[in-house]
Amino acid sequence: MKSIGSTLTSQLADATTSESSLKNFLFGLSPVDQVGANARAAMLSTRSIKTTAKAAGIDLAISMIDLTTLEGMDTASKVRTLCAKGRHPDISDRTIPTVAAICVYGDMAKIAKEALAGSNVKVAAVATAFPSGRASLKVKILDTQEAVQNGADEIDMVIDRGAFLSGQYGKVFDEIQQIKIACGDAHLKVILETGELKTYDNVKRASWLSMLAGADFIKTSTGKVQPAATLPVTLVMLQTIRDFEKITNHKIGMKPAGGIRTTKDALKYLVLVKETLSDEWLTPDLFRLGASSLLNDLLMQRKKLQSGHYHSLDYVSMD
Amino acid sequence: MNDSLDVKRTAKLYINGAFPRSESGRTFVVNDQNNKFLANVSKASRKDARDAVVAARSAFNKWSDASAYNRGQVIYRIAEILQGRSPQFIAELESAGVKKAAPHVLEAIDKIVWYAGFSDKISMVVGSANPVAGKFFNFSIPEPTGVVAVCVSNEPSLVNLVSQISAAIVSGNTVVVVVPENSSLIAVSLAEVLATSDVPAGVVNILTGDSAELAPWLASHLDVNAMDLSGISDKNLKTELEASAATNLKRILRTFPDGLSAIKTYVEIKTVWHPQGF
Amino acid sequence: MTFEYAPAPESRSIVSINPKNKLFIGGEFIDAKSGEYFQTTNPATEEVLAEISLASAKDVDAAVVAARKAFKSWSKLSGSQRAKYIYRIARIIQERSRELAVLETLDNGKPIRESRDVDVPLVAAHFFHYAGWADKLEYAGVGPNPRPLGVVGQVIPWNFPLLMLAWKIAPALAAGNTVVLKPAETTSLSALLFAEICQQAQLPAGVVNIVTGAGETGKALVNHPDINKVAFTGSTEVGRQIAKAVAGTNKKLTLELGGKAANIVFEDAPLDQTVEGIVDGIFFNQGHVCCAGSRLLVQESIHDDLMSLLYPRLELLRVGDPMDKNTDVGAINSAEQLKKIHELANSGDEQGAVRWTSSCPLPGTGFWFAPTVFTNVSQSHRIATEEIFGPVLSVLTFRTPDEAIDKANNTPYGLSAGIWSDKGSRILEVAAKLRAGVIWANTFNKFDPTSPFGGYKESGYGREGGRQGLEAYLEAGVAHE
Repeated sequence: MKSIGSTLTSQLADATTSESSLKNFLFGLSPVDQVGANARAAMLSTRSIKTTAKAAGIDLAISMIDLTTLEGMDTASKVRTLCAKGRHPDISDRTIPTVAAICVYGDMAKIAKEALAGSNVKVAAVATAFPSGRASLKVKILDTQEAVQNGADEIDMVIDRGAFLSGQYGKVFDEIQQIKIACGDAHLKVILETGELKTYDNVKRASWLSMLAGADFIKTSTGKVQPAATLPVTLVMLQTIRDFEKITNHKIGMKPAGGIRTTKDALKYLVLVKETLSDEWLTPDLFRLGASSLLNDLLMQRKKLQSGHYHSLDYVSMD
Repeated sequence: MNDSLDVKRTAKLYINGAFPRSESGRTFVVNDQNNKFLANVSKASRKDARDAVVAARSAFNKWSDASAYNRGQVIYRIAEILQGRSPQFIAELESAGVKKAAPHVLEAIDKIVWYAGFSDKISMVVGSANPVAGKFFNFSIPEPTGVVAVCVSNEPSLVNLVSQISAAIVSGNTVVVVVPENSSLIAVSLAEVLATSDVPAGVVNILTGDSAELAPWLASHLDVNAMDLSGISDKNLKTELEASAATNLKRILRTFPDGLSAIKTYVEIKTVWHPQGF
Repeated sequence: MTFEYAPAPESRSIVSINPKNKLFIGGEFIDAKSGEYFQTTNPATEEVLAEISLASAKDVDAAVVAARKAFKSWSKLSGSQRAKYIYRIARIIQERSRELAVLETLDNGKPIRESRDVDVPLVAAHFFHYAGWADKLEYAGVGPNPRPLGVVGQVIPWNFPLLMLAWKIAPALAAGNTVVLKPAETTSLSALLFAEICQQAQLPAGVVNIVTGAGETGKALVNHPDINKVAFTGSTEVGRQIAKAVAGTNKKLTLELGGKAANIVFEDAPLDQTVEGIVDGIFFNQGHVCCAGSRLLVQESIHDDLMSLLYPRLELLRVGDPMDKNTDVGAINSAEQLKKIHELANSGDEQGAVRWTSSCPLPGTGFWFAPTVFTNVSQSHRIATEEIFGPVLSVLTFRTPDEAIDKANNTPYGLSAGIWSDKGSRILEVAAKLRAGVIWANTFNKFDPTSPFGGYKESGYGREGGRQGLEAYLEAGVAHE
């Protein structure tokens, strides 16, 4: 393992000097009680977001979307369509913000980059043998480098859950560090795939490990494993980000992904951020929603707020 | 022909496993049915009552912490010793005017055995695992209330005496027993039984004396948690004692019930919640 | 573009409040013989909500007579028939839950989120649970052929008006008793709505009687010669008076009284959930909770870490309009209670504790007290020993488990306690050593109809909830020969 002490306080730099010190650090974290974490998330999801709050929340949520297509059947045409949608979510209303990024497989990054030219919408590419992460480090690094060369502004990598669950924290740490280097200037989002980590203690440890190794964002899920993003998992990760900032003064971003389909869902995540990390994190620079169908629901709700009547998907472009 | 003079027993108090005289130096005379002198019995004072409560309080933690199995064996041991000394109790009960004293003593022994056997069943019968909504494990268990003051009737009854004591100590309480004149000799003898069983010092403390004098001090005592008033026959005194016991909200037994009810008077139900999750 | 919660007030139109309220006796709403009324106000606005009849001793007598008359048939009704009445009540409560929640919040000042999500669902659950007991009394634990006690006089507090009513009435009815219940002076409205629910359920006349009033009404009820049991929830001081009052009678008594619960945080606690538990422990229902975790005992080694998480969390508490769905801390129930809280908090300043107060804005009218924390608190301070019954937390520290237990038990109260630790064996040992009736380990202020609740020492005696709660309304029957 290589220490990345330069950006960390000495306390945290010590934690990354060896496999055993990292393990000791991760096991020394305050535990998470699952029932209590669930209860807190459930309570926050009762927040009533109406009128002006809803309007602000909807636009904020739109601006935070990583509009995603990650299918084996993805084509250049499909990606271009998605990019058009991301640039102008509703062609009839120019006041609607653009999404934050278009999230695609690395081989589609180039297409996306071209389609988004001239806009502020970023290209995010999944890499490192997404979604399973089952490949050699060499392959993962190459995967990343290619995506970056293809124009990806952001890399969404997956951690090696097998290594993590078998206690090889150093291996997971090293991989993240190597990918971070391979990213160059691209931002690194580290996907924990919390649905496979199962316990909140694991989620907390994996979050810490990723942040220590250089993640710019931590992300819940690939979207290929159930459960994907949940409110309590996101809460635990947000609390970890809060703790990390307290020690390092370094703000890490958060991205729940998978299963966020409705405006109601999205607003609950914003509430979570607001009441865990404060308004400072309510920006696309520090919070993203990995989603696909969410955008249209947000658009419909936006129209409902403006027009006063309920809307139909027939009036919103499907992608 | 035995012409050796009897060595008479001095009837003393029983506090913290020892047999002190009353600090007041007072005694009262106990005669038999024919008004023949039997003993000068120590007449406890309020200070003796105070000492007895201190002894009971200091014995509480260890006794209540003992395993139920252990408490059951200790109480069963009382029955064993009592069985061996039953002729003495029969004689004392007879001299105090109790008819059919022999079956009475056997009944008392059976009572003790009954209570002894309950020690490790109380939790099962009185406690519960509660199916609360939500991811919690929730259980309720009985715990002893603390120090119990027991007022014994002036009508001598070994059955009542041992039942009143056993009902309190079986769950881990410690007791201070106030025994009036007519019941005093069997109580003194029972103290000797207790002292030679394995009952730890202070678990049972016996004060012979005047209930009307002693009980009010126990009723108002803030370190006494419960009170058995079933032995008080004077209705006004009983009402006063209950009202005084309200000062620190003592658990009160007005009449001594059969079966489990008495035991339940001296236990507190403790309910513990804990989340269940990974 | 800021994401600030807009006002989200619950609609009040679902309730209609009678301007003048009668007593509920013998199945009818009748005028009080006293002819007197008192006002009930919304503590959040000081608006007068309604006038309430002041029941005199004569009115209480009429209620007891009605209950006695009803007892004859109610106690003879088969358990399964009684059960169905109680199930009906449970269902109607569910049907009218929104209305009950709104009324409770208006009259009490508690946040609608709590009355909607905690109080009213628990009320329905209590009736549902005890309904099922009515035809299973032989399993209650008092032996074969258990019998009801008779007429029960019940006096309840203002902090959980409807929930305390449910805790009292549901088991009493299931066991075959009839009741005369006196709600607290400041919170009568939900009990009167419950009376209406009894009518809708066609509960036989006189089985439930509601007499409204203040202390004198309660005294008349407790001292009435024809009641067989008194059940009281309220202050230890009043509980003591009641225990004295029933001395020398055959009345049975159960008491749920005050508390000064220790909430003990060990160094291995799950800190984020602990912070939530502390908040639930002392700021739930404005701290108007007898089992509130009002004494925070923190292991010295994590004191600073914990407090640095706690303060920002408390700053997030939204204090204000109880009808707003996003309000976390509502109004103090009365001017009188507010005065008491101020008085005790001031004693904290005077005795040298350090006060921290949330910077949240408080409304201009109504009764309010911002979330407050005292640190540098000693065992001898009044704020560490006396029940404040408000949103005020006293923080003390300890070094070893023994010290925590000793400090926790160093009180005449013994209602509840909290333990926060990741170590199972420590939790079980500390739970065993705490002299309190309800122990919340890694959680706090959780309630359930199946879970017995009640105190040790001066926190009262008897249990409410579960099988043990049913026993308080039964006595052993005479065995059939």
